Amino acid sequence: MKKFFSIFIQKIKPRFLEPHPRETASPSLFNYKSFWIGSINLLTIVTVVPLFILSMINLNLTREAINKENSLRTIRLTSNARRTVTFFLKERLDAMRFVLQNERLETLKDPEDLASILESLQIGFGSTLDLGVLDESGLQINYVGPFDLTGKSYTDRKWFKECVKNGSSVSDVFLGYRQIPHTIISVKSEVNNSFVILRATLDIKKFVQILSSIDLSEKSDAFIVNREGYLQTPSKYYGNIFEKVTIPLPEYSESSRVFTFEDQSGRKVMAGYAFIEDSPYILMLVKQSTDIMQSWFAVRKEIIFFFILSAVVLFLIILRITTFMVNKVYEADQTRLDAMERLAQSSRLISIGRLAAGVAHEINNPLAIINENAGLIKDLFVYKKQYEPGHRLMGLIDTVLESVDRCGQITRQLLAFARDFKPKIQSLHINKIVSEVLIFLKKEAVYRDIKIDVDIPEDLPVIHSDHGSLQQIFLNLINNAFQAMEDGGHLEIKAARKNENQILVSVKDDGCGISEEEQKKIFEPFYTSKGTKGGTGLGLSITFGLVKKLDGEIYLESKPGQGAKFSIILPLRPKGDNQDENLTG
Amino acid sequence: MKILLVDDEEKFISSLAERLEIRGIDSDWATCGDEAISKVKENSYDVAVLDIKMPGLSGLELKGKLETIDEKLKFIFVTGHGSEEDYVAGCKEGCFYIIKPFKIDDLVEKLKETMAF
Repeated sequence: MKKFFSIFIQKIKPRFLEPHPRETASPSLFNYKSFWIGSINLLTIVTVVPLFILSMINLNLTREAINKENSLRTIRLTSNARRTVTFFLKERLDAMRFVLQNERLETLKDPEDLASILESLQIGFGSTLDLGVLDESGLQINYVGPFDLTGKSYTDRKWFKECVKNGSSVSDVFLGYRQIPHTIISVKSEVNNSFVILRATLDIKKFVQILSSIDLSEKSDAFIVNREGYLQTPSKYYGNIFEKVTIPLPEYSESSRVFTFEDQSGRKVMAGYAFIEDSPYILMLVKQSTDIMQSWFAVRKEIIFFFILSAVVLFLIILRITTFMVNKVYEADQTRLDAMERLAQSSRLISIGRLAAGVAHEINNPLAIINENAGLIKDLFVYKKQYEPGHRLMGLIDTVLESVDRCGQITRQLLAFARDFKPKIQSLHINKIVSEVLIFLKKEAVYRDIKIDVDIPEDLPVIHSDHGSLQQIFLNLINNAFQAMEDGGHLEIKAARKNENQILVSVKDDGCGISEEEQKKIFEPFYTSKGTKGGTGLGLSITFGLVKKLDGEIYLESKPGQGAKFSIILPLRPKGDNQDENLTG
Repeated sequence: MKILLVDDEEKFISSLAERLEIRGIDSDWATCGDEAISKVKENSYDVAVLDIKMPGLSGLELKGKLETIDEKLKFIFVTGHGSEEDYVAGCKEGCFYIIKPFKIDDLVEKLKETMAF
């Protein structure tokens, strides 16, 4: 896991954050960091934002669907409960109408007969506590029940007036003599241009029973209020019976409906309601929003989880792809800059070379004059007797001649450096060339006890190149290594096939090494680290130029005190060589 | 051996001639092509040492003219410039090619080799 994590970190870590080996800061096409961050931001926005919007839409749609489902469920439950309550009342009213229709007035006025009817109603329908018969003045002319209410007048009672007006009525729930919540239902029947009213007292236990049988959760509540908002049945959360409920009363509707409101605690509440037909009752079914939205919360949790998961996965993919792309741009840019740097270096070297060649030519003629005149002075001292050959004078002339010789060497190398020769291409064996070069240096190696190891495989392919140039390249490099090494040093010359078209030859010494600062200038003409040892500072410049002319590359790896390794990559065939060595020879 | 040195640098050519004389080589010198032609017409030389780049006639042109006068005359080129053209020209002519400044002994050696051909 740790390994996987570390590999992943490597994959998403942009390469441009690591220090580049190139010391000199070259102008770059891009600000990679801002390009990288900008790309990540842009891609993240164009992918995560639509995902976020879709998730939000999904959330809203789901919430609406759940809301709708809850509303429908509440309406359905309310309707079912209303049907039950309505049926309960209608059943009893119809039973009483049946009694009024089928029994004679005398029977109704007879207490025993009325008691018999009450008994039948109690057996048939239950919940009927008493039964009374009222004349048109509202006087109760007959009564059977637990109290003695015969002769009691109900003229001013609301239910009586409604019954007279509508033919039947259901009263609000009240305590009355019984001190238990009950309601009165009554029906009217016309008799000989007059009417009688049959009234019954109903226990509301049945209502409570109906309401408690509704399938509701713990936090939901079902109750009945009258049109003024007074509770007709007990409520769990909105007050005791006969108290006014703390929720807004809905407008009249024939069908079951829902509405939402905020309760006293500020919580969102959904209420289903239904007006009970031919009664003052409103059936209410109230659900807390937390209860209603329980399923919504679960869905929301899932949607948010998948959104976060998707966003994280998308971000990681974006990070990986962006890093990959920016790395590619960075590498291409670095390659371009490297090429430009090499080109600039080559151009600089060529310019310096041309300038140097011009200077060398101009210097060679006066040098020749100094050389010949100083030589003549020496000759005169040596060969002519009239001139006294003073020891000091001879020493001075020798110094002049040595200096001229040294200047001559410099100018000759300068000219060689600038010489625009055309390579003579022929088939060559690298080991043969190295052997030829080592012959020149063998004596010095023996004298200085320098160990030379040559590792060039026999099967190394033949290279098509310029013999003289290769000799000079290896001579310069090996000579350079000799000068860098102390006596008893170790030189390694290796060659190997690099790929199908190139070979790699390296010359490695264990000498003093070259500092990074020196490495930057090592191929420039006249740059020498040999101080007063007599280096012209042209050997490596010439080598560089020759390698370039042979379509090769030269690299240096070195650290101060750890020797230096020059690696030359040479093509098996130079560019433009048509494989026919005779043509180029 | 008698040689003719031709170079526009008089201070160089006169000293060189004297040094060769000291070494037993009979040397004459001229500072331009015309002077060299008249000297070759008047005298017989074994080798002509010509500077390639001279005002007026170049060393290569001068060689052609001198050859018409004395077909046995042999040539060595000297130059302060190591350009490819000089090198190729020198080689084509089948002559030695020496870059200034040079050691007198090197020139003497080349003269002997030229004579030996």
